[in-house]
Amino acid sequence: MKGLYIHIPFCRSKCPYCDFYSAIYNKNAADNYCLAIIDEIVTNRRTNEFTENADLSFDTVYFGGGTPSVIGSEKIGKILRAARENYKISENAEITVECNPSAVNDKFFEDIAKYGVNRISLGMQSAVDGERRALGRTADKNTVKAAVESAKKSGICNISLDLMLGVPNQNTETLEKSLNFCINAGIKHISAYMLTIEENTVFFKRRDKLNLPDEDEVCEMYLKTAEKLEANGFYQYEISNFAKNGFESRHNLKYWKCEEYLGLGPSAHSFINGKRFYFPRNTNDFINGKKAVFDDYGGGRDEYIMLGLRLTHGISDSEYKKLFGEKIPESIIKKARDFEKQGLMTVSGANISLTKKGFLVSNYIIAEILQKIQ
Amino acid sequence: MKIKKEHIRNFSIIAHIDHGKSTLADRLLELTDSVAKRDMQQQILDDMELERERGITIKAHAVTLCYTQDGEEYELNLIDTPGHVDFNYEVSRSLAACEGAVLIVDATQGIEAQTLANTYLALDHDLELVPVINKIDLPAADPDTVAKDIEEIIGLDSSDAPRVSAKTGQNVEDVLRQIVKLVPCPEGDDDAPLRALVFDSVYDNYKGVIVYVRIMDGTIKPGDTMRMMATGAQFTVVEVGKMAATSLNPSDKLSSGEVGYITASIKTVRDARVGDTVTTAENPASEPLAGYKKVNPMVFCGIYPADGADYEALKEALEKLQLNDAALSFEPETSGALGFGFRCGFLGLLHLEIIQERLEREYDLDLVSTVPSVIYKIHMRNGDILEIDNPTKYPDPAEIDFCEEPVSDAHIFSPPEFVGTIMDLCQERRGVYKGMNYISSDRVEIAYDLPLNEIIYDFFDALKSRTRGYASFDYELKGYERSDLVKLDVLLNGSAVDALSFIIHSDKAYNRARKIAEKLKDNIPRQMFEIPVQIAIGGKIIARETVKALRKDVLAKCYGGDITRKKKLLEKQKEGKKRMRSFGTVEVPQEAFMAILKLDEQ
Repeated sequence: MKGLYIHIPFCRSKCPYCDFYSAIYNKNAADNYCLAIIDEIVTNRRTNEFTENADLSFDTVYFGGGTPSVIGSEKIGKILRAARENYKISENAEITVECNPSAVNDKFFEDIAKYGVNRISLGMQSAVDGERRALGRTADKNTVKAAVESAKKSGICNISLDLMLGVPNQNTETLEKSLNFCINAGIKHISAYMLTIEENTVFFKRRDKLNLPDEDEVCEMYLKTAEKLEANGFYQYEISNFAKNGFESRHNLKYWKCEEYLGLGPSAHSFINGKRFYFPRNTNDFINGKKAVFDDYGGGRDEYIMLGLRLTHGISDSEYKKLFGEKIPESIIKKARDFEKQGLMTVSGANISLTKKGFLVSNYIIAEILQKIQ
Repeated sequence: MKIKKEHIRNFSIIAHIDHGKSTLADRLLELTDSVAKRDMQQQILDDMELERERGITIKAHAVTLCYTQDGEEYELNLIDTPGHVDFNYEVSRSLAACEGAVLIVDATQGIEAQTLANTYLALDHDLELVPVINKIDLPAADPDTVAKDIEEIIGLDSSDAPRVSAKTGQNVEDVLRQIVKLVPCPEGDDDAPLRALVFDSVYDNYKGVIVYVRIMDGTIKPGDTMRMMATGAQFTVVEVGKMAATSLNPSDKLSSGEVGYITASIKTVRDARVGDTVTTAENPASEPLAGYKKVNPMVFCGIYPADGADYEALKEALEKLQLNDAALSFEPETSGALGFGFRCGFLGLLHLEIIQERLEREYDLDLVSTVPSVIYKIHMRNGDILEIDNPTKYPDPAEIDFCEEPVSDAHIFSPPEFVGTIMDLCQERRGVYKGMNYISSDRVEIAYDLPLNEIIYDFFDALKSRTRGYASFDYELKGYERSDLVKLDVLLNGSAVDALSFIIHSDKAYNRARKIAEKLKDNIPRQMFEIPVQIAIGGKIIARETVKALRKDVLAKCYGGDITRKKKLLEKQKEGKKRMRSFGTVEVPQEAFMAILKLDEQ
């Protein structure tokens, strides 16, 4: 079964740290865009080169953005209906919508629950209002709380909160507040990302003026987050993701497990039949029917290792053998043992994984490990 | 048709850098129809890409211009000279091939260091000088004052000096008239044994070395056996002829007074060195022309391929460059840190930079170079004298009696307001003040004895930046002086990195050591463990910094399904690692080497 990703490239306003593809919402553009998404679901004309022989059965659907909630429940419903009519969507599919807590209400959640949405991801980023304002987020803490309650009331209990580490003005004490908020909010999943200053963002331009915690502090925050969340029943299953047992994001796991997915909309990426392809970052081109573009062949050893090591579970001989017909090469295991001595990896039996300290330097380690397979 | 000797004029153009030498040469070529308009590109004599870019002439060039005046045909041989102090010897040989020189002075700048240096050089060769005042089209031009300066400072009658704009072409014809009028025609005896001065030689893939000569006595023609009087090498002449602007025009012979070229299937320019005398084996001259010397490199550095696999490619590239550059020397050397590479010798820092740039550009090589060094003379307690161009060969200090370093006689020309700044700079660079001379109301000449190792270390850049580009500078090796030298070693994680060692005056050791430690700290990426960076003299650590251990290197965000982007980022990281050099367990990027070379002194 594949995952289906729908990109909604609209926001009420652009957050200063965000480099995801989105434009300021306007109704007209959103109307045309949703028609185009539905057109694609019905005709496959933008992706047929890649999906011709593919079985379009999905057991996860993910509305990401941008801010998917900005287009309103009705459009989300229409898109889901088109997907059900034209693709095969499993009964028990995980259907997620990313929401901005400041612009949703009971009615919105009731509606999307009716259309089958059963998971929401709220862009909270911080439970400290001052920090959230610096991130361009208008909602205050109580609004976030209200959104969580309102989602639950509609029957959507699988709720994820986004949390950012290393944001301006943050320190371990303020982080503590955010963590407590998450723990007490009665939610199932937390994505805790360390802030990266991306080029082409307002933060990048102002990077010297931002009051950012230093690298060592951010590392402390990360380790503290992991420790505190795990002590409260949220288990880390990926570098930046924590969940109560059984509430891992099934959709995101597909990315990390080299499974297949179809992504629709500008900047959305897909992986089907060994090929990675994507839609360039241009909404009008998508509306006008421009085809998806080939990116690269995927699913190789390098991807399995690179993505697998993001998971707490790590990589294993059995999976490696299933995918590539051989065991994990001895040279990799040897290298991993070196890292194990430094407390960065765990090698147990036929399984290799990163420790929490190892996650913090995962790029370095993965680059070293990948050198062993070429 | 053969031009009578009385109608030949052999001349050079001399000028300070940027005073318009190449532009004037272009105009003279145009005026004499020596080059078709469609072939005309700016600064045609500077045919190396680098020469055009840097606005300097690196190699000498020559071209024959046909000029008709009052119904009489003249052959004007323009011998261009390199425009930088590193190539002084080549300049002197070019001048020795002439009877006159056009001296260009910029009407906005006046007389500069190289104006005078070149003037004295020309006068040493007994050349008739033709002053020309250039850039009169610029608003800041002050030709009257410049004319006065020429008379007062150089002592040259400038009442008839053409005032031109080489850029617009205004009055340039006057320059040709003055050349014909002032420059004497060559003398020489066609019947005497051949003596021809080599003023340049260039390697050509098809013809072998093209030897540019001025025939002083005798004649030479294809079939003759030419003999190089300094090296004794003999070759059968294949072709002789004249140089047009964009081609070579073969002729049946070259006679005394003429400027032309000879080809004889010569394999390397080292067999036809600048300054050597060509004679014939059939009727050899008894005495060579005066003034030949083998130029010796003064500045040395190790050049290594960034990727060890490129060693052979680097070797080939150096061999090819050497075909055309007798002053470039290289020999294999091995560094514990950098692997296999070459110790290369250069005339000066500019020469070094040019060779490095050509290796990187024309041969597409990634290089790592060590800190440039001069030749030090180390007097040992046992009486031996070692000449050392490589810090790694520096002996145990306990066995050294004393050291000597090369010192240059440096002259700086500047507007008076910068005298204080310049003296500060020279003082910082261990200069010994020799004197000051007001050559005009707005021009001062300051003389210093400056150690050569202070000059090769970004002195010129510092001078330019501190005087906003107004000062000019000229130097010449004076000799060796006793000096208190020490060798600095760089230790990473406890082990010495030989390629980073260098020799320095003890007074500057601490300061420099501190800066190097800081630079290395900033340029060595954090690794999985803490790396001590230490600078030591012998066993004594005099500076220390620490590269902290890497704690965070992670892509936290997952960017949806954009796996390719993530893969590319990791690949970049892998590539970056390839460009690093491993010293024991420490990995050092090329940039760290560069950073040490470019320590900012301010």
